[in-house]
Amino acid sequence: MFAENETPPRLAALADPPLKGRDHSRTWPARLVVLVPYVWLIVFFLLPFVIVVKISLSQTAMAQPPYIPVLDLAGWEGLKNFFSELTFENYVLLFTDSLYLTSYLRSLEIAAVSTLLLLLLGFPIAYGIARAPRRWQAVLVILVMLPFWTSFLIRVYAWINILQREGLLNDALLMLGIVQQPLVWLATDAAIYIGIVYSYLPFMVLPIYATLEKMDESLLEAAADLGSPPWKAFWLVTVPLALPGIAAGALLCFIPTVGEFVIPDLLGGSEQMMIGQTLWTEFFTNRDWPVASALAVVLLCLLIGPIMIYQHMQTRQLEGAR
Amino acid sequence: MRKGLSWFNIAAIGLGLAFLYIPIAILVIYSFNASRLVTVWGGWSTRWYGELFNNEAMLDAAWISLRIALLSATVATVLGTLAALALVRIGRFRGRLMFSGMIYAPLILPEVIIGLALLLFFVAADVDRGFWTVVIAHTTLTMGFAAIIVQSRLLGFDWSVEEAAMDLGAPPLRTFLTVTLPLIAPAIASAWMLAFTLSLDDLVIASFTTGPGATTLPIRIYSEVRLGVKPEINAVCTIMIAVVALGVVAASLLSKLREDKPAVPLPGAP
Amino acid sequence: MAEAISSKRPKNGGGLSETARDAAARPLVRFEAVTKRFSGFAAVDRLSLDIHEGEFFALLGPSGCGKTTLLRMLAGFETPDEGRILLDGEDISGVPPYRRPVNMMFQSYALFPHLTVEGNVAFGLRQDGLPKDEIAARVKEVLALVRLEGLEKRKPHQLSGGQRQRVALARCLVKRPRVLLLDEPLAALDRRLREDTRFELMDLQSKLGLTFVIVTHDQEEAMSVADRIGVMNQGWLAQVGTPPEIYEQPISRWVAQFVGDVNLIEGRILSVGGDGALIESAGAGRLRVKQKTQAKPGDTVWVALRPEKLRMSREPPALAEENSLAGQVLDIGYLGDISIYKVRTDKGLVMKAATANMTRLIERPITWDDRVWLSWTPEAGVVLTQ
Repeated sequence: MFAENETPPRLAALADPPLKGRDHSRTWPARLVVLVPYVWLIVFFLLPFVIVVKISLSQTAMAQPPYIPVLDLAGWEGLKNFFSELTFENYVLLFTDSLYLTSYLRSLEIAAVSTLLLLLLGFPIAYGIARAPRRWQAVLVILVMLPFWTSFLIRVYAWINILQREGLLNDALLMLGIVQQPLVWLATDAAIYIGIVYSYLPFMVLPIYATLEKMDESLLEAAADLGSPPWKAFWLVTVPLALPGIAAGALLCFIPTVGEFVIPDLLGGSEQMMIGQTLWTEFFTNRDWPVASALAVVLLCLLIGPIMIYQHMQTRQLEGAR
Repeated sequence: MRKGLSWFNIAAIGLGLAFLYIPIAILVIYSFNASRLVTVWGGWSTRWYGELFNNEAMLDAAWISLRIALLSATVATVLGTLAALALVRIGRFRGRLMFSGMIYAPLILPEVIIGLALLLFFVAADVDRGFWTVVIAHTTLTMGFAAIIVQSRLLGFDWSVEEAAMDLGAPPLRTFLTVTLPLIAPAIASAWMLAFTLSLDDLVIASFTTGPGATTLPIRIYSEVRLGVKPEINAVCTIMIAVVALGVVAASLLSKLREDKPAVPLPGAP
Repeated sequence: MAEAISSKRPKNGGGLSETARDAAARPLVRFEAVTKRFSGFAAVDRLSLDIHEGEFFALLGPSGCGKTTLLRMLAGFETPDEGRILLDGEDISGVPPYRRPVNMMFQSYALFPHLTVEGNVAFGLRQDGLPKDEIAARVKEVLALVRLEGLEKRKPHQLSGGQRQRVALARCLVKRPRVLLLDEPLAALDRRLREDTRFELMDLQSKLGLTFVIVTHDQEEAMSVADRIGVMNQGWLAQVGTPPEIYEQPISRWVAQFVGDVNLIEGRILSVGGDGALIESAGAGRLRVKQKTQAKPGDTVWVALRPEKLRMSREPPALAEENSLAGQVLDIGYLGDISIYKVRTDKGLVMKAATANMTRLIERPITWDDRVWLSWTPEAGVVLTQ
């Protein structure tokens, strides 16, 4: 059946230099796979941030670009001049002018409260989806996801329709007789909260759902078997196991919210701006790039803690799944 | 977790979905409102869609946004896939910590920070801002999202099929192209779609990094919206929603045909 | 008998075989003092082994003994840290897996989910660059061989476990490899399917005249399919031989205990002579074993007795001085076809005897707490020096 007159080629001649075990990182294709995105990120991500720091130490100028000093790499004198003109005055301004301090605090406060609201709303939804029949879960997840895929701007704008003075919410309230006069919804904190919760809800629901979905049903059965009523099992088993998802969702919502711009700008009032708006105004309206940069750096420093926690969670999850 | 739905659960899901979709539904409905005012329903009409097509500025902006999105999504997907491969398949390499930090950062950093940083970079590098700077900016932003999606697919990947392919005579590159790549293709497609959507939708970063002649659709919409609600805006938004919804539904159906996992990704899901 | 047997490396290695079918012929595969370390731990430790063309060789051992690592080294997925691997006399240690005429059937089957059955089976041939019609012909041939005709266009997720396995097998067979490696191929199957598949594998192997190397932790499997077995422990070979050799003439207590059940009786050599050795043991009195042994008078040895070789009776046997013990039945394990009797001898030793249930349970002649005599012939035991 198998005709055997085939002589194999000289195998030893086909040998490659030995690859030590499973160490893939030394081969040149592997090097390329790592280097290409790495280089891109260093140039277009890391470098820009270095420049932000530098500019935050610069002074405003009526020039193009609107700051001095401009880095002049020609000559040692140029370099010395450069460093002598760097200043911390922007940071001093930030810490002394109450405008900025208030802005930071307000942003943190709004972000914290929003995250809490998101948790209160998001957890029941995620829990509900996780308990739905398997076939429906995929559909439900897509339904929750779909708004996320449509434009952020659109969705915020959609609320203007509803919240404006002649908007639908007031219409409904008037019609139901709950109020006699149309209320002011726009340009209030309430509107901002609604906007944030609306926009970030998928970011809270999905991580929690993903964690709950992986939970082993038999754990709850074991708890029941050992004498725990359902509500108790919920607090003693489900919630602790859902904590990683809750933490991920909370961070995923909190961190970007602190620097939110679009939502407070479209839905909120003009007094007491959030830090994203402050930054924008400093940059575009006041043309004060150094101060804007300083704002960004301080914001980054504020968020660096939560960001690192989130990164740590991500990498731990990555390790665990390998 | 499938012990059946209580009334509370059903209510939670129902109210949640209603909350998510009612504003969008209102938007869509009112894009067909013959009357200019939101409060007055003037009957069904497509006149705003007609006016939209005469709005040169809007159409230009849409075209620019589309091209930027196509370019940046493609480049971002390639880079993101490479990054995901680096993190999952190659595992240990020098500078891995910083690498993963830079990949994941854009996912959660406030966009004003990213936008500012990139603009300052372009200024310092004395680069004219415009179409290409926005492309670069969007690529950098969406690369991380693409990486996350491909990465989550790679984590569940059965690598023994690669070994089987090599065992049967396929050298590493051919193994990757004929076995690995087809199997992660759905994830790559999802990643592309996500990057495309994010680019199309981005306001903040585009505002920072754009230049004369490169006004994107969100920027145009935003400048009009600041002046108040306009029905043409409703029309534009409805079109954008329809396009994206179609895309997502198509992707899900396609993935159903191809057995296992759904194509729709879960960003940030642990 | 429940003492932990420390497994010491046998003095004569037990690797490069002397009992091959054709000892003069060059072996197809030779491992020469191969070592493989993972993070300092030696998964395979200076192992030497010959595998001959056309044989069905089994690597048997407990989990973690290194058998899979050895297999993967042969396939090319791991490179030896020390030593060489020779195929047809040539060193293939540095040759990558896609250039070796060796194919592996993976434990998880590793079928390509995006290809049909046909696509999967043809994959290897496409890599060789064969013309299209030859590929089609060979694929058809091999699918008929593994009885998968009619399923060519199906995708893996549309197949049953047994069918998937055959696709994995066909995929390897179609390349006509010099050696076919099977990594625990029967582990995922239930008992009935396992037995049927065993026969199929043996049938295929002898019909095609291929060399199979199978890795398994199931000794029953190894014994039934293999021409020769290499028993591995902690990275080295404890013994290599045919199934009867391994079972009837283990060279160490560890092998004796690993393959099947065994009674081990410790004793001292009294004398060695033409008709075997005479051993004095505290637990079992005087034992005669008819076997050539290297042991000398005064040496401590162990006599290995398989439970089925012990005869159990109510009355004392004729020659009640050698190879017989009196005792009481402690426990009985009923396995349907046989029963295992645990007997505590008068001298305190606990031994296991196995007898076929020749009569129905109700009519069982011997039951708990009965006084019985155990006896065996001189040919029944083996003297072990390590």
